[in-house]
Amino acid sequence: MKFTLGWLKEHLETEASLEQITEKLTMLGLEVDSVHNPAEALAPFRVAYVIEAKQHPNADRLRVCRVQTADGEIQVVCGAPNARTGMKAVFAPEGSYVPGTGITLKATEIRGEASSGMLVSERELELSDDHDGIIDLSASDPAVGTPFAKVMGLDDPIIEIGLTPNRGDCAGIRGIARDLAAAGLGVLKPAPYSQSVPGSFVSPIGVRLEAGDACPMFVGRYIRGVKNGPSPAWLQRRLKAIGLRPISALVDITNYFTMDRARPLHVFDADKVHGDIHVRFSKPGETLEALDGRTYAADDTMCMIADEKLGEAFGGIMGGEPSGCSDETVNVFVESAWFDPVRTAATGRKLGIHSDARYRFERGVDPQSLMSGAEAAAQMIVELCGGEASEPVIAGAEPNWKRSFGFRPERVAQLTGVSVGKAEVRQTLEALGFTWSEGGHGIAVAPPSWRPDVHGEADLVEEVIRVHGYDAIPVTPLPRLSSLPQPAMTEQQARRPRARRALASRGLLEAVTFSFLPKAQAAKFGGGENKLTVANPISEDLNQMRPSILPNLLDAAVRNRNFGQRSGGLFEVGPQYRDPSAGGQDLMASGIRWGQTGPRHWAEAPRTVDAFDAKADALAALEAAGAPVANAQVAAEAPGWYHPGQSGSIRLGKVVLATFGALHPAILRDYDIDAAAVGFECFLDNIPVPRAKGGKSRSLLKVEPLLPVERDFAFLVAADVSADALARAARQADKTMITEVSVFDVYTGKGVPEGQKSLAVSVTYQPRGATLTDEQIEALGAKVVAAVAKATGGVLRG
Amino acid sequence: MATAIDQLRADLLAQVHAAVSTAALEEVRVSALGRKGAITEQMKTLGQLPPDERRAAGQAFNALKDEVAAALETRKAGLESAELEARLAQERIDVTLPARPQPEGRLHPLMQTWDELVSIFGEMGFVIAEGPDIEDDWHNFTALNIPEEHPARQEMDTFYLQEHDGHRPVLRTHTSPVQIRTMLSQKPPIRIIVPGRTFRSDHDATHSPMFHQVEGLVIDEATHMGHLKGTLIEFCRAFFGIDDLPVRFRNSHFPFTEPSAEVDIGCSRKGGGLTIGAGDDWLEILGSGMVHPKVLEYCGIDSTKYQGWAFGMGIERIAMLKYGIPDLRTMYDSDLRWLRHYGFMPLDVPSMLGGLAR
Repeated sequence: MKFTLGWLKEHLETEASLEQITEKLTMLGLEVDSVHNPAEALAPFRVAYVIEAKQHPNADRLRVCRVQTADGEIQVVCGAPNARTGMKAVFAPEGSYVPGTGITLKATEIRGEASSGMLVSERELELSDDHDGIIDLSASDPAVGTPFAKVMGLDDPIIEIGLTPNRGDCAGIRGIARDLAAAGLGVLKPAPYSQSVPGSFVSPIGVRLEAGDACPMFVGRYIRGVKNGPSPAWLQRRLKAIGLRPISALVDITNYFTMDRARPLHVFDADKVHGDIHVRFSKPGETLEALDGRTYAADDTMCMIADEKLGEAFGGIMGGEPSGCSDETVNVFVESAWFDPVRTAATGRKLGIHSDARYRFERGVDPQSLMSGAEAAAQMIVELCGGEASEPVIAGAEPNWKRSFGFRPERVAQLTGVSVGKAEVRQTLEALGFTWSEGGHGIAVAPPSWRPDVHGEADLVEEVIRVHGYDAIPVTPLPRLSSLPQPAMTEQQARRPRARRALASRGLLEAVTFSFLPKAQAAKFGGGENKLTVANPISEDLNQMRPSILPNLLDAAVRNRNFGQRSGGLFEVGPQYRDPSAGGQDLMASGIRWGQTGPRHWAEAPRTVDAFDAKADALAALEAAGAPVANAQVAAEAPGWYHPGQSGSIRLGKVVLATFGALHPAILRDYDIDAAAVGFECFLDNIPVPRAKGGKSRSLLKVEPLLPVERDFAFLVAADVSADALARAARQADKTMITEVSVFDVYTGKGVPEGQKSLAVSVTYQPRGATLTDEQIEALGAKVVAAVAKATGGVLRG
Repeated sequence: MATAIDQLRADLLAQVHAAVSTAALEEVRVSALGRKGAITEQMKTLGQLPPDERRAAGQAFNALKDEVAAALETRKAGLESAELEARLAQERIDVTLPARPQPEGRLHPLMQTWDELVSIFGEMGFVIAEGPDIEDDWHNFTALNIPEEHPARQEMDTFYLQEHDGHRPVLRTHTSPVQIRTMLSQKPPIRIIVPGRTFRSDHDATHSPMFHQVEGLVIDEATHMGHLKGTLIEFCRAFFGIDDLPVRFRNSHFPFTEPSAEVDIGCSRKGGGLTIGAGDDWLEILGSGMVHPKVLEYCGIDSTKYQGWAFGMGIERIAMLKYGIPDLRTMYDSDLRWLRHYGFMPLDVPSMLGGLAR
């Protein structure tokens, strides 16, 4: 919403400065987006008098002018054909920037004659395209030195505010003035153009309302014998200042009241209207060429202003070209109607028309403004275009806007912390147009017709406090609930930061990627179902909720590789989606590594990443997040996007805590990654919640005083026997004495039969109470061998 | 006899001095003092001497023995020290070579900011609440007093999933539905913050189709706008680390709050850049207000007894302002170079006591 300071002052008697006004507007909730004063760019340009303009001695087309300026007499060489002795012109002194040419003026010499500054044309000041000659102000004869901006009436700052959708009333300058007056920045003046225009005949055009609530009321006025043409300069200047193009007096008048009063109007060329006006719903397939020159097709839900033959205007949105006014227009029919905000918004959206009328009707036009709007339009039309007005045509009745509700002024203090006296509360509300009544049941307040947004006590509190000033709200610390802060996170919520920090400390970089991805990619990671497809995606690349974070990280790996990052690692802790229900979202800690384990180094060669890097990442994240990883089992089972022979899952019984492994070569081919890549996915929500019993105490540490004994065993087992199964068997051989079993070698090749492998483990015996004898050690060894043989068929390697 | 001893002394001391290594010196020691050494052999002949000479000769041999032993010791120390010097010289390494690489992970500045928010509001007694990213119309709009015909509910702003079982799920456009879920499941007093993912159909230099918000909600019987002001001013100053950061509250409009306020912080745009702090300009950073009575009633909370406020702000926005990150879109690019540059060390855990950020 744009307006000028001068226009505002038409409604507001005020001594306040521009700064005070803009500051107050912002604090009132009418946030000022920009203030532009066109006079600033025109500041160097002032009125000058040409004392003498004589022929340049060395150039036919140039004149040498003696110019009387505010700073004394100056010689200017001028090429304009209209430069003449005795004229009033606009002078740009040396050093000024001429916007139309982009040049900063310097003193110079033209064909042997000194020239300082310039006499300028309208084009040089970017006021018009006129470059036939310099500006000639002789007719108005302003004093030498007068700022040109002032002469032109351009010294009127333009203010633009960002209007919140609840304040349709401030889509008119009068509404803004009312707010400022209520806030003590001046006095609201009586509205101009508020006299009643007597009607001298009955309108030949009648109005029939056939669209129910879409248009409950329509006031029309027939004006005959008008003379259309350009509107007066003051009106054109105002419209231009706020970015509207003057068209003709009749059209400019409707635009003027749209801005001035938030009262959109329409003027039909009455001679182009066939019979009476019918306000009806549009018919499917019906088309209308609107005033923007484009033809729109209606459906059956739009409010159409029609005559007996055709649709003539989209009600509340835009008029039609066929019944529009032209310079030949003689008789007009003025429309001042009320259109339902919701329907207007829907129609505008469907048609894709953003008009000043729609902007106001969808926010709610004052339902009491129909008569006054028609009167104002008639008054200005008769004043500017002549003619004679009919008696008003009034169809329908105002939509019911009257309401009233109880109000306790003490609610202001309760909700805002500011004590505002009852008298001030009442005064503020009344200044904003509210009606205050006090009776046996307390206070009742009725909002004015132009405030459809106010429905209850809280709204009134807001009205009072925004006018009283938000700066008065006290700065009150929130009382502490306890003397020491309590944890802000539950155990489950704390998994997120813990997993993140564990993974970052393992060298992975944390990514944040979108929750969506291309549907085709989702399908390769167990997703892609329609129920998780975005119905209105921003692009086809972002049309499916992700079933896994890995595809997004792989995408990132590809981008990074293209930037020369041949190796790297990324993780993300965030959601993935199973189904659209409230519980269909899993919190994941997922990551990938690609390429080598690190940079080339003089002492240590990096190696290619493998499934065990991903396994270590998964275990670290799980452990940090509180999973009992020591009790977890690892199985060689993982989803299809992993390499079937180099992947696994980490489980607690049937619950999968994580999957990990090398990524499937087919996936890597799809992503065009010609390097090793591994990944992991931890289901943080699957980690069991530790029981809260017994506080934080740890079990008592029992340190055995006797040195443990280590013995190594190498077993020959079938190639498909898992190391975990063998180690587990060895561990179970004697639950008291054997405290640790670790696999330290896996070997196939010379000395190992085809289809078998050698697994070497180191077994730790912990003596309890007494040192172990050779026989006891011997016996433990035999138990280990027997247990391994039983569980895996493995035999001790000779 | 004396001459023979002198001769032996001269020989042995010459040998001691001639030894060039500790090994050669050991040979000299054995040849002089060993069981078959020269002095030992000579001393064995003492018994053949007459008793009166034997005593003097014995003393002379003992003196010789001590003298040679002392010379050996001295020479040995000298040789050892020279040998150590030589070894040290030989063991010299180039300490300017790079140390073995350690993995260097980094945390995303957005998630670090998330942790900072939790740490500040946690100190003020807020606890985290969370909710699903895929919502229904009722939680995301209706219960927040956003009517059916509100522009935000139109497809131009909001992502919807395909219709499924007669429902059309919505990707939450703000974290506010978690307010509703919390108020439906808990009784006041309530004091929560809700960090999380949010979605809006917008993609350009300053808008991302997915971004993060943090929502705050306080509901009890007495909390008013003064507390909102107190809390948010404290937050802004702590978060940006500027004790005198100007914070301004001004009227605005949101469907779910009444009265509503937008909050600006002081800044300066002199010289083209943007500096947070006392300056000549304001920068809007969040929206807030007293929870609308209708929202309370939708959640079954008696609006004549309970009241409170809510606020919401973009986590990306405040992270970009605090850490000088110029482009929103780079947040989601997962560019390793960007993450190493703007990221945080894994052990830098934000806390009000230990420091929010360095």
